[in-house]
Amino acid sequence: MSREGIINILILGGLLAVPLWALSADEPFTITLATRVAILALAGVGLNIALGTGGLVSLGHAAFFGIGGYAMGILASHAQSFEPLMEWPLLIEGTKSMPIIWLVATAMSALAALVIGALSLRTSGVYFIMITLAFGQMFFYFTISWPAYGGEDGLSIYIRNSFPGLNTLVPIEFFGLCYAILVIVLFFNWRLINSPFGLALNAARQNQERVETVGLDPFRLRLVAFVISGAITGLAGALFADLNRFVSPAMFSWQLSGEIMVFVILGGVARLCGPVAGAALFIILEHYLGGLSEFWHIYLGLLLLFVVLFAKGGIIGTLSGKGSAHG
Amino acid sequence: MSIILFIEQVLNGLQFGVMLFLMASGLTLVFGVMGLINLAHGSLFMVGAFAAAAVAGATGSFLLALMSALAAAAAAGAIVEILVIRRLYARDHLDQVLATFALILIFSEGTRWIFGSFPLFLDTPSYFSGPVTLPGGIEYSSYRLAIIVIGLLIAAGLFLLIAKTRLGIQIRAGESDREIIAALGIDISRLYTIVFALGAALAGLAGALVGAIQSVQVGMGEPVLILAFVVIVIGGIGSIQGALIGSILVGLTDTLGRTLLPVAFGAFMDPSSATLVGSALSSMSIYILMAIVLLVKPQGLFGAST
Repeated sequence: MSREGIINILILGGLLAVPLWALSADEPFTITLATRVAILALAGVGLNIALGTGGLVSLGHAAFFGIGGYAMGILASHAQSFEPLMEWPLLIEGTKSMPIIWLVATAMSALAALVIGALSLRTSGVYFIMITLAFGQMFFYFTISWPAYGGEDGLSIYIRNSFPGLNTLVPIEFFGLCYAILVIVLFFNWRLINSPFGLALNAARQNQERVETVGLDPFRLRLVAFVISGAITGLAGALFADLNRFVSPAMFSWQLSGEIMVFVILGGVARLCGPVAGAALFIILEHYLGGLSEFWHIYLGLLLLFVVLFAKGGIIGTLSGKGSAHG
Repeated sequence: MSIILFIEQVLNGLQFGVMLFLMASGLTLVFGVMGLINLAHGSLFMVGAFAAAAVAGATGSFLLALMSALAAAAAAGAIVEILVIRRLYARDHLDQVLATFALILIFSEGTRWIFGSFPLFLDTPSYFSGPVTLPGGIEYSSYRLAIIVIGLLIAAGLFLLIAKTRLGIQIRAGESDREIIAALGIDISRLYTIVFALGAALAGLAGALVGAIQSVQVGMGEPVLILAFVVIVIGGIGSIQGALIGSILVGLTDTLGRTLLPVAFGAFMDPSSATLVGSALSSMSIYILMAIVLLVKPQGLFGAST
């Protein structure tokens, strides 16, 4: 097994071991922190498909995260108040069932990614960055100015949604659910990278002309990657909303897009478990530096600057001894 | 809606557009000459606003406040360029985005550390505090009118600088071929620092001018930065002319959308849902404008076609 493979197993094992230890030591807050890591890592895994494999620098992934969150918020708030979402032409009721919410969150964010991607992928490079950032901001302002679902104040969901056979209000059971989804998506991502589609997408990043010459359409490859990427980040958004039992326009904020990107970079671009390592480091820094100083973002900024300028490849790149995954 | 209110909103849109131009022109110059995407441009806007508020609070002079905003933002720009930004010119856009995102974190938290979390207030100077009467009997805020005039003067000055001066020739040459002008004996790294500081100074000025209308607070720069990106996407990267047209277009669309759309929907809806749909749609109007431009001209209105 490669060194990176061993590191990946250690990272995933560590993420499982910490909450199990916290359970025996009776520290429920640590379990919640680990759940945050698993969910934010999932958002990063989504972005990593576009960013790492596809080379698409999207600064608007908070849009999908927020859409996933609001899919949960809207469905659950209607179930909470026993008012159907719509009655005509067909009756749609709210729901508190996680699997249905996940399905809706994934489908809605995939749809948004299809529209945003189809527009943004007409351009490339720096235009793409600015356009994705702008579309993310559009959703932010829209949720603020649309009062039906809380507007600026957001929406509170009083009881966490249910999953058949589990009591999701028990921290370790909800963690297990999030962890299982993360592992399944990582497995899917690993299969995707090594599939003909993943290889073609990778090739389109490296040399667009050659990909076109062999008869593949780079635009279509990138659009599909962008949609998959958005859908996964949307699923993470639904889980995140369930973790906090609260959704607000802050889930759409551009800072969040930046932070999701930071997870990917700190961990290592285009590394399978890069976002997991990055999200874990981010939460650890937030927890410990945040306890030391109110202004911990300064240290985060300095660390990020250091990683970008001097330590390309992030945590996994440094540990596995190969600077960059893009050889 | 009365014609007077309409003209007032057009002027508001113009004022907003002129302010966006001060941001967008710096961004587009830096991208055109150095090929750098700078997310921290909004932080320089904030630095200008805070410097102005601090100096105005200490001395009471608005003119001094504007000068110190220009100086502080230019100095911050030059320092950041020398310490960080110049290491990024040869890097890909992803590295530039991340490093300048890190700079935002440092600038924002640093400002919070120095000035605290509460917003500061910058008063409009006494000589601009009242309204002026425009031809046709329209009363309009003299301060906002002054912003429009200052902005248009700076736009004219920038066009002259780029078209007529030696520095302008070097900037235009730098946009088309940086190796050649370096070979011709022009100190390229000094040129880059000057261009970056110039863009920073314009952003700082915009921050100080707007600071007197809004409150001066941490995080005030980023929403403007994102709108400036929309302007650049519409106008075309690297084009000052595009930045000017794009800014005015975005400023007018946003301001007029906010007033006209609820009225327009009110024609066939009951007032409360017209306000609701109208305000929600108007919050998206400039992004819809951007999407339309992308569909018709992906390189922007004045962008070089590839």
